[in-house]
Amino acid sequence: MERTRTARSTAPAPRTPRGRRPGPAPWLLLAPALVVLGGLLAYPIYQLGLISLFHYTQAQVSGGEPTTFEGLGNYAELFGDDRFWQVLRDTVLFAAACVACTLAVGCALAVLLTRVRAVPRLALMLAALGAWATPAVTGSTVWLLLFDADFGPVNRVLGLGDHAWTYGRLSAFFLVLLEVVWCSFPFVMVTVYAGIRAVPSEVLEAAALDGASQWRIWRSVLAPMLRPILVVVTIQSVIWDFKVFTQIYVMTNGGGIAGQNLVLNVYAYQQAFASSQYSLGAAIGVVMLLILLAVTLVYLRLLRRQGEEL
Amino acid sequence: MKLSVRMVALAAVLATAACAPQTSGTSSSDKDEKTGTLRVWLFQEVNNKPKEQAVDSVLAAFEKAHEGAEVTVEYIPVETRAQRIKAAFNDPKSAPDLVEYGNTDTAGYVRDGGLADVTEEFEAWEETEDTDPTARQSVTVDGKVYGAPYFVGVRALYYRTDVFEELGLDVPRTQAELISTAKKIRAAKPGMYGIAVGGAYTYGAMPFIWAHGGELATGKGGSYASAIDGADARKGIEAYTSLFGDDNCPAAKCAGMGGNDTVTAFASGKAAMAIGGDFSHAAVEAGKVKGKYAVVPLPGVEPGSIAPAFAGGNNLGVLKSTSHRTLAVDLMKRLASKEAQGELFEGMGFLPTFSDVRRRAAEEEPFVKPFVETLAAGTKFVPASPAWARIDSSLVLPTMFQEVVSGRKDVATASADAAKKMNEAFGSVG
Repeated sequence: MERTRTARSTAPAPRTPRGRRPGPAPWLLLAPALVVLGGLLAYPIYQLGLISLFHYTQAQVSGGEPTTFEGLGNYAELFGDDRFWQVLRDTVLFAAACVACTLAVGCALAVLLTRVRAVPRLALMLAALGAWATPAVTGSTVWLLLFDADFGPVNRVLGLGDHAWTYGRLSAFFLVLLEVVWCSFPFVMVTVYAGIRAVPSEVLEAAALDGASQWRIWRSVLAPMLRPILVVVTIQSVIWDFKVFTQIYVMTNGGGIAGQNLVLNVYAYQQAFASSQYSLGAAIGVVMLLILLAVTLVYLRLLRRQGEEL
Repeated sequence: MKLSVRMVALAAVLATAACAPQTSGTSSSDKDEKTGTLRVWLFQEVNNKPKEQAVDSVLAAFEKAHEGAEVTVEYIPVETRAQRIKAAFNDPKSAPDLVEYGNTDTAGYVRDGGLADVTEEFEAWEETEDTDPTARQSVTVDGKVYGAPYFVGVRALYYRTDVFEELGLDVPRTQAELISTAKKIRAAKPGMYGIAVGGAYTYGAMPFIWAHGGELATGKGGSYASAIDGADARKGIEAYTSLFGDDNCPAAKCAGMGGNDTVTAFASGKAAMAIGGDFSHAAVEAGKVKGKYAVVPLPGVEPGSIAPAFAGGNNLGVLKSTSHRTLAVDLMKRLASKEAQGELFEGMGFLPTFSDVRRRAAEEEPFVKPFVETLAAGTKFVPASPAWARIDSSLVLPTMFQEVVSGRKDVATASADAAKKMNEAFGSVG
């Protein structure tokens, strides 16, 4: 830590050619990025917010009926719906479980990577990259096949007969969780592994000489030093897992028996596209956006409080 | 600071400039090109080959008759048809010119403003006079015609003659007998479903509701009210859901099944009975059970009666946004012509929508007899409301059946909840 700090202070402070007051140059340089961001991010979000304030269904889109302004009517309808609250709760719990499992598996395997020889390391890396590179739809379909009631090898190996994994609510969520963890741990693993390799080896040696256990080294040395990386992968995972769609949609056939496995994104899709209530779907999208923004901001703020910088 | 003020101003301008979400032009295309490529979307059936052959021969004749016109056909999966067709309405540029659509969707698509009014061409078509009245009804909204009927579909009871013979069972004559027969078969052959049923198989469940005197909804014209929680309808739901369980079709497997899944189960020999359509004939013939099954009308409550079937089927319609209207209408008529429907029947077993063609088909092909009998006994249709598309695509009825068969809710609660959702949908369309 000390080393990086000194390095930072000796670096020349960035200066603009015309002294303290920045001219238009930075903005000009940023312009291409801003245009892309504006086009791909700001404008869709603006449209999303706009649609959520109207009564906007298929008939309005294709011009069969006039569009009417509803104010916050869609939000009132949404918040008055028990189903929405239930789906929101399920989504939060499911995403939390996915994030926890992904981080645990990813970090554990990252540490393992630093401990094994070259050949097993390569094998583990390749396996992880394979999982990472597999498209979500393919991965979900393969997992579903593995756990198929009639033909799945898992049932055969475990001797479960024709147990249907997707029938029970929790067992279906569990199955999806496995797939989500499987396809998202490589990102955590690779990132954390890179972080560990950047930790000066003398620090680890010193800890080992002091007789610290593997767990102790992780908790007292690696985790604090890797904090910025862990923050990034946690936020990424939270965002990904909160927005999970493909896995639920494919593996539980669009939300499970009687909609028992719905998560917010699939629910929004059902409202917006299947039922063509685009405005209600947009309102769900806005709510999701706000929740994710809030989670991220609160998390960053907590870290600031603890005196850590990103 | 200055800059942020400018940004705010810019944002304000943007916000006021676009004060309502986008609406794609309701106006039909004013172009009517006589050459170019026509895009056609047809449904992908379980066994699609014969359909492709029937369609290809029509296309060959069409392309010969119209020089410079080409046709590309895409077979779209039935499960995602709703999204695909809506996307086509939203983006006229990438939309096809001619689509096949389920006849339950007519009212919704017309309200969405997606289908072209072809009343004039339809009336002037010499083959129209033989179109059967219920088929005609299914392309008509408020007296205007929005397409041509492609085929009608009706469901009946498929059963395995060899299994019935082996176990010494009689063909069920009432729904009570149907249920007890199914359970007897399951008890004797635990690896087999007595009758394959599906929690998501709405059209297989409807005859049970109707046979008990229940209705999905009551009303006329624009205003409907759900009747799914009525006492008679509940008896029907009770009867249908009693077929889910380890003594017939285990809920763990059957709750998620749809119509095609039950037909596949029957065709592969996993079920002794199934409620299948005339349109399932080809798929069953291609399966393991070929030559070992027969079909009878689905029994009603009274001995010898026939449960009212759902008069399904598909239509062909020209999209309002087409820039080849004349060509598209001509292709629609060719695909839905007596000759093409006759060929489609031979290949796929889809019942023609022309009474005379159907009569001839029944004479040639004894297989059609139970289905024609079912049609003659009286069929029912889903509420002719634009809300039906929404009720259908938001899975209101499958959710109800699944809630009951998984033991999450009893029939009274589940049907009351479904009725509430249906009424919301009916209410939202005025």
